[in-house]
Amino acid sequence: MLDLAKSRWHPIAAAHDLPLRHVFHGQLLGREFAVWRADDGYVNIWENRCLHRGVRLSIGINDGRELKCQYHGWRYSNRTAGCTYIPAHPADAPARTITNRTFAAVERYGLVWSAEEPQGEVPEVSGFAEGKLLALRAIPVNAPADVVAAQLTGYRFQPSGNIDGSAAKVAVEASNAFSVALRSSEGDASTLAVLFVQPVDSNRSVIRGVLDSEVEGAARLAVLRHHNELLSRLRVAVEAEAAREPAPAPLEPIIERVSPELAEMPEETTHGRKATIRVQVTRKWSAADGIAGFELRPLKGLLPTFQPGAHIDVHLPNGLIRQYSITNGPGESDSYVIGVKLERDSKGGSTCLHETVREGDVLAISEPRNNFPLRRDAIQTLFIAGGIGITPLLAMAQALNNQSLGHELHYFAQNQAQLAFPEKTKTLGASLKPHLGLSPDQTGAKLREILSGYGPDKHVYLCGPGPMLEAARAIAAEMGWPETAVHFEYFKNTNVIDDSTSFEVALARSCMTLTVPAGKTILEVMRDAGIDMPSSCEQGACGTCLATVIEGEPDHQDVYLNDAERKSGTKIMTCVSRAKSARLVLDL
Amino acid sequence: MSIAALCSDRVLLNDWHVIADLTNLSAHEPFQTRLLGVDLTVYCRGRYNKEVLRNDTGALVNATKRYGFLWACLGKPERDIVFVPEAEEEDRYLLTGGSIAVKVSGLRTVENFLDMGHFPFVHTGWLGEEPHTEVAPYKVELTAADELVATECKFYQPVASPTAKEGFVVDYIYKVIRPYTVALYKSNPVQKERLDVITLFVQPVDEENCVAHPFLCYLKDGSDEAGIRNFMQLIFAQDKPILENQLPKRLPLDPRAETPIRADAVAVLYRRWLRDKSVTYGAIPARM
Ligand code: FES
Ligand SMILES: [Fe+2]
Repeated sequence: MLDLAKSRWHPIAAAHDLPLRHVFHGQLLGREFAVWRADDGYVNIWENRCLHRGVRLSIGINDGRELKCQYHGWRYSNRTAGCTYIPAHPADAPARTITNRTFAAVERYGLVWSAEEPQGEVPEVSGFAEGKLLALRAIPVNAPADVVAAQLTGYRFQPSGNIDGSAAKVAVEASNAFSVALRSSEGDASTLAVLFVQPVDSNRSVIRGVLDSEVEGAARLAVLRHHNELLSRLRVAVEAEAAREPAPAPLEPIIERVSPELAEMPEETTHGRKATIRVQVTRKWSAADGIAGFELRPLKGLLPTFQPGAHIDVHLPNGLIRQYSITNGPGESDSYVIGVKLERDSKGGSTCLHETVREGDVLAISEPRNNFPLRRDAIQTLFIAGGIGITPLLAMAQALNNQSLGHELHYFAQNQAQLAFPEKTKTLGASLKPHLGLSPDQTGAKLREILSGYGPDKHVYLCGPGPMLEAARAIAAEMGWPETAVHFEYFKNTNVIDDSTSFEVALARSCMTLTVPAGKTILEVMRDAGIDMPSSCEQGACGTCLATVIEGEPDHQDVYLNDAERKSGTKIMTCVSRAKSARLVLDL
Repeated sequence: MSIAALCSDRVLLNDWHVIADLTNLSAHEPFQTRLLGVDLTVYCRGRYNKEVLRNDTGALVNATKRYGFLWACLGKPERDIVFVPEAEEEDRYLLTGGSIAVKVSGLRTVENFLDMGHFPFVHTGWLGEEPHTEVAPYKVELTAADELVATECKFYQPVASPTAKEGFVVDYIYKVIRPYTVALYKSNPVQKERLDVITLFVQPVDEENCVAHPFLCYLKDGSDEAGIRNFMQLIFAQDKPILENQLPKRLPLDPRAETPIRADAVAVLYRRWLRDKSVTYGAIPARM
């Protein structure tokens, strides 16, 4: 019986139980749900339990894009239920796999349906025209669902067209353990009522009735009242009947354990450059002069949760792999939107996307990775974007905007036509500050102005062309910004890489010593030895292949680490950097 | 499982637990309460004498008074009531902070008391405030006295105490003294080098219900008793609805039941410490 019940779809709420920004507490077969509708209309049905400390998410806050837990403010994304932010550790990107359990959701007949292990579809009711139905008020009953359904076959009511009559004939059109269809007729009037029984727990049910026709105005109230009274009366009778039997023990739904890695709060999962997700280009458009926008939707299932600042690897039809930042705002989880600038000296990446890839094409992408995490504990956050450097910062600015946290987005470009994604930047209102057509000197002066007045609890995020980033970092340092408050991401590493040295690398945890010859990178040598190490840009810009140095002196050639991190000598980007000492010991 | 499951953990049965704030006992009416699933009645014999009886057997239970509370031990007391050295200092108020019943395991209540991460969200405007949400790394250790101590805990607080006039970064020390007893030391806003102490005695009513009895040792300097008590009650009133919405109600000791983060280091150790002590009452033991 329980297995059957688990495989069936059941109504768990009325559609009108999910008004704007509300979180509804639902329950099915003993399992509690947090049910909420995002502003984009998507209905989320989640295990009613924050993965952190088990607090009910039904008391959380629906901000339209994400659900925020009341206890420690963890944020979970619309659709995926993946955690996007952990306020206690603002500098970290949460492990992508902290994902709450979700359940299927379908809206039909004015009700929201779900199932524990759905087989088949939501029951089809012939004679029910979507949108023209009337959902009755839900009636909770303290009795098992099958007992309620059996009693409901004897339910007598008037058709909506003759509500004051008293001679209606009622016929049972269909019935099973979880629903009863009844037709009531008197004279010309006839109404089909389907009464679905939601099995809340072993001894608790909710009757969710739907009538085959909408009724307007005062008559509507009369119809609702009519059923309300009759069903309430039936409830009393059913409960009395059920009380004669000993109440069955409440169901104890199994709450899944989190993965062993999560129990330890690990680093992000490691993997090489794997393109595990297939997406379709569902839209390609000109996002600005020289910049193409791409909307990528999954071929099946959901896209993984992303955080502002995250990028994906895009595997191109010509075999090249390129990194692009996700520009989406929080909760915009049905597709990833990226912006691609046509590079004049393109080695074939941007040209391929601009010229060859078209709407409808299928691409392989990696899971999103976030090496440019956004803190959200600043009093004021400055974003400084140059050209296409807008993309990660756009995602960040939308996240702060959604939480009403103070920020400014300074966007440097040649002219108005080069400002990308106007439909997204528009939503930022006055916090968007475009700076157009400035010479390098004027840019320097503007940066000076923007970066003046450093104070504690201020952070700046920079992304743009190399020279501009260098200038901005130098000015920030001059103006008293500590390195910990200056965050940056380079598009590419323009340093000339010197790979002429040869040295030894000892991997402390794998108990292995490898020799890195001239012309090969640490990363390549490790991969040859079968060590699985994540990477993405493989030119020392994105931060994915970071390793911890235990011993030895690194020869840094990347653009990811800041000066303090370089000087500390404890971190190395294994895709480009090498050793000054004869031997490096890495914590791998 | 039945709510009033009896306790078989010797450490708990043979320990003292607060069962009432003395100011809440009336000389005329017997007082009903429950400890470790056992219903008890407190009778006042004369002005000073209290008798505690088990409702099930009618037997007399070990009882004594200390720090303004009535204490009981269902078994044979193996050790004395927790000693609070600050209670001996002349320049402090010694206050009971009102007994707050919470429908959740007392172990969850202890863990909440050890948690700084929730300040900006649950005690908004008092013990924390967005966007100051960071929990900086702190130290946790098990002492020779078998107590858990977390030191170098720091948190930005807008109104850290009844006398605070402005926000500042507060230093905390936490100490788990016994499974159901935890203390908090924080810098006094007037005499910054001295510490105010709150010891929380949690009464395990049954596995899924508790009463939190705070015992406050606050410096008298610049504060008043009513203010301190009001503040404590305000803070607890904010915690209560969150705690009562934790699922499951008992504290899971399986490390894979929930997702700890670095900020929870002390809670992770607390759960491990309970496991090592074989405390199961109010907990869901780890699956082997
Ligand atoms: S319990 Fe949800 S954020 Fe901690
Ligand atoms: Fe609290």
